[in-house]
Amino acid sequence: MRTLLALLLALAAPLAHAHKPSDSYLAIRVEGPNVSGQWDIALRDLDFAIGLDDSGDGDITWGEVKAHHADIAAYALARLKLRSEGAECPAHAGEFLVDDHSDGAYSVMHFTASCPAQVTTLEVSYSLFADLDPQHRGLLRLEHGVATRTAIFGPERATQSFELAKISVLTQFVDYGREGVWHIWIGFDHILFLLSLLLPAVLVLEGGRWRAVARFPPAFWDVFKIVTSFTVAHSITLSLAALGVISLPSRLVESAIATSVVLAALNNVFPVVHGRRWMVAFAFGLIHGFGFASVLRDLGLPQGALLIALVGFNLGVEVGQLAIVSAFLPVAYALRASWFYRRLVFVGGSIAIAVVAGIWLVERAFNMKIITP
Amino acid sequence: MRTFPTSIIGTVTDLVRALALASLAVATHAAPYVPADDATVLERLPVRPGDPVARDLRRLRVELTANPRKRDTAVRLAERYFTLASSEGDPRYVGYAQAALKPWWDLPAPPLDVLVMRAILKQYSHDFSGAMRDLEVATREDPKNARAWSWRSAIHMVQADYEKAREDCLALQKLESELYAVGCMAYLDGTTGKAAAAHGALSAALARSSDVPPDVKVWVLTRLAELALRQGDAKRAEEHFRAAYFEPINDQFLLAAYADFLLDQGRPEQVIPLLVDWVKSDILLLRLALAERALKAPKAREHIEALKSRFDAAALRGDKLHQQEEARFNLSLLGNKEKALALAQENWKLQREPRDARVLLEAALAMKDPTAAQEALDWLERSRHEDPGLRLTAEKLKVFKR
Repeated sequence: MRTLLALLLALAAPLAHAHKPSDSYLAIRVEGPNVSGQWDIALRDLDFAIGLDDSGDGDITWGEVKAHHADIAAYALARLKLRSEGAECPAHAGEFLVDDHSDGAYSVMHFTASCPAQVTTLEVSYSLFADLDPQHRGLLRLEHGVATRTAIFGPERATQSFELAKISVLTQFVDYGREGVWHIWIGFDHILFLLSLLLPAVLVLEGGRWRAVARFPPAFWDVFKIVTSFTVAHSITLSLAALGVISLPSRLVESAIATSVVLAALNNVFPVVHGRRWMVAFAFGLIHGFGFASVLRDLGLPQGALLIALVGFNLGVEVGQLAIVSAFLPVAYALRASWFYRRLVFVGGSIAIAVVAGIWLVERAFNMKIITP
Repeated sequence: MRTFPTSIIGTVTDLVRALALASLAVATHAAPYVPADDATVLERLPVRPGDPVARDLRRLRVELTANPRKRDTAVRLAERYFTLASSEGDPRYVGYAQAALKPWWDLPAPPLDVLVMRAILKQYSHDFSGAMRDLEVATREDPKNARAWSWRSAIHMVQADYEKAREDCLALQKLESELYAVGCMAYLDGTTGKAAAAHGALSAALARSSDVPPDVKVWVLTRLAELALRQGDAKRAEEHFRAAYFEPINDQFLLAAYADFLLDQGRPEQVIPLLVDWVKSDILLLRLALAERALKAPKAREHIEALKSRFDAAALRGDKLHQQEEARFNLSLLGNKEKALALAQENWKLQREPRDARVLLEAALAMKDPTAAQEALDWLERSRHEDPGLRLTAEKLKVFKR
C-alpha cells in the first residue's frame, strides 16, 4: 500500500507549496557599541522545537507561551551569535509580545546586546531551527543610522558579515534632515493644522465678514509670524522630548494634536481668534513638537550625534514646511477674492479639515479605527 | 488663471486619496501586542498532539534522536513527513523530512532508499535537475523500483519531456498493477493530443479494478475530468469531479481543478462553499478570491490582501515556487499585466504543464504580445495538446502577430 500511495503522489505531479514556509523575522539596530533587536518567530516552529502546548489540546494559548518565555529566549538566543571585531556581543531578552503574520501567530522577542566597542563590522551567525528544518530561513533587517539593509539566512548562508558604513556627521545631518522633510509631507495632521491657520492669511475679518486683503505684504507677514511661532514652539518641545527632559503619553499627544487641528479649522468658520493667530500657532506648536519627537524616537537617535540628528531633523521639518507655505501663499493670494477661494476652499476646506481631524480625535482618544477602507 | 481651481481640486482629491491610503496602511499593518487574557488561543496546531499521526511521528522522532543514523527509522520518518506535506500543503514538513535524512543528505551516493526519498524532497523544492540525477542513479541501480520510475515520469511531464516520460511509463508497465500503469500513460497521452483514447483506457481500467483506495480513486477521477474537458465535454467532466468530491478524503488538487472548472463555467457561487474552509492554502485561497471577486463579495478584498502579503513574504525570502499562482493573481485580481507576464515567463522556464501554458498565454494576450508567449505557442503545436480553452486563447493571441 505504501508504494501505491507514493506512486499516486508522484502521479499527482510535483506539488506546489500551498502554504508559506517557515521564516523568522529578525530586525537589528546598531548604535555605537549597542545592538537592539526584535525577533519574530512562528509559534508553530517554537512548538515543534521546544514544545509550547503544555495542555496537549492542540491550541497554543497566551498563558502557555508566557510560561515558556524563558525557554524561548534561551533556545533562540543560543542560535544567534553577534560578533564585532571577533568579540562576542552577548544578547539578553527583553519584552515579549505577540504579532499576527500572514501565516499565523508569532512570538515577538525584544533583545539587546552590547559589544566591547563601537561596531564597525557586525558578524551575524544564525542557526535557528537549522537542525530541525533546513528549509527554515531567517529574514534580517539591519538598521544603522537611517540606512537599512536586508539579508536571508539559511543553512548554506549561516554566517554573514555586515560592514557598517562610517556615518559622517554630514551624512547623518542630511539623513535626519531628509527624514524631517518626509515626516512633514506624510504627517497630514501637521499639514492640515498649518493650512487651517494659513487659509485666513489672505483675508481680513471686517465686521464679522471675511474680505480679501488689499496688498500682499500684510498677508506675507501674517504667514511669516504664524510659521515662525509654530516653528519656535515645536522646536522647543521637540528638543525637550528628544533629550528626555519631558515625556508625555503618545495617546494624549496624538489626541491633543487632532484637537488642535479641529479648533484651528473651526476658528475659520466661527471666528474667535483672528488677529493673534500666531499665538495659537505657538501654543499648539508646543503640542505638535511632542508628535515630531515620537517620530524621531522611532527613527532612533544616535548616541554620539544626538544634537546633529536633532538639528537636522528639525531643519528638515522646517524645509518641508516652507515648501508647503511657498506653494500655498501665491495661489491663495491670487485666488483670495474669488468665490471659489472664500467659500469652497476657505469655508468648505475648513469644515472638511475639522471633520477629518474630528475623526482622528475619536480614533486616537478611544484607540479605535473609523477611517477604514 | 482658469487652470488654478482645477489644479487645486486635483490637489485636494490627491490629498484625500493619500489620506485614505495612509489609513489603509495603518489598518493592514498589525503591530505587536500583548494579549489581554492568558486563555486567548493564539495558534491552532494542524496536527493535534493526541492524534494517532502525531503519536506515530513522536515515536519515530524519539527513536531517531536516540540513534540518528538508524536508516530505516530516518527514511520512515521522512516518508511520514512527506505524506503530511502533501496532504497539508505545508513545506515545513519537507524541511523536517530533510532533517531526518541529514546524515546522508550531502553524500554523493547514499543508500537507495535514501536516494529516492532525497529526490522526492528535492523536487518538492523545484530542484528538478537535482532530483532527476538521484532518480537516474536509483533506476539504474534498481530497475524494478516502481516509485523511482513514477517520480521520473512526473518530473519529465512537468518539464514537457514527453519522450522520456513515455520510457518511464513503459518501465512502470512491467512493475505495477494495471490501474497505475494505465494512469501513467493516460496522463501522458491526455496531455499530448490523445485525450479521447486516454479517457477510454483509464475509465476502463478503473472499472476493472476492485478495492481501489479512495485517494487513488480521487486521483483517477480528477484525471478523467481533465481528459473530458480536453475533449470539450463539460458535462462528463463535472460528473467525474463530483464523484471525486464525494470520496471520503480531502485533496487539494481536486479542489483546485474543480474550482477552476466552475470558474471557467461562470459558476463562481459554487466555488465559495467548496473552498470556504481552505483559506490557509495559498493555491485554494487564490481560487476563492477569484470567485468572490466575480461575485463582488465583501470578503474578496480581505482575501486579496492576504494573498498579497503571502506573496510579499515569499518574495522577501527569495522564493520562486509560487510564480504560476502569483502570475494568475497579478493578472486576474490585481490587473497588473506586465508583472503577470514576467512571472508567467519566469515560471515557464521551470514548469511546462498545461496550466503553466495557460497563464502564460493569457498574460501575453492581456499584453497583446504573442512573442512573449512564443514558447508556449510552440509547445501547444508540438505537444498537440487539445484543451479547447487553451487553443482559443492561442488563436486570439496569434491575431496580434504582424
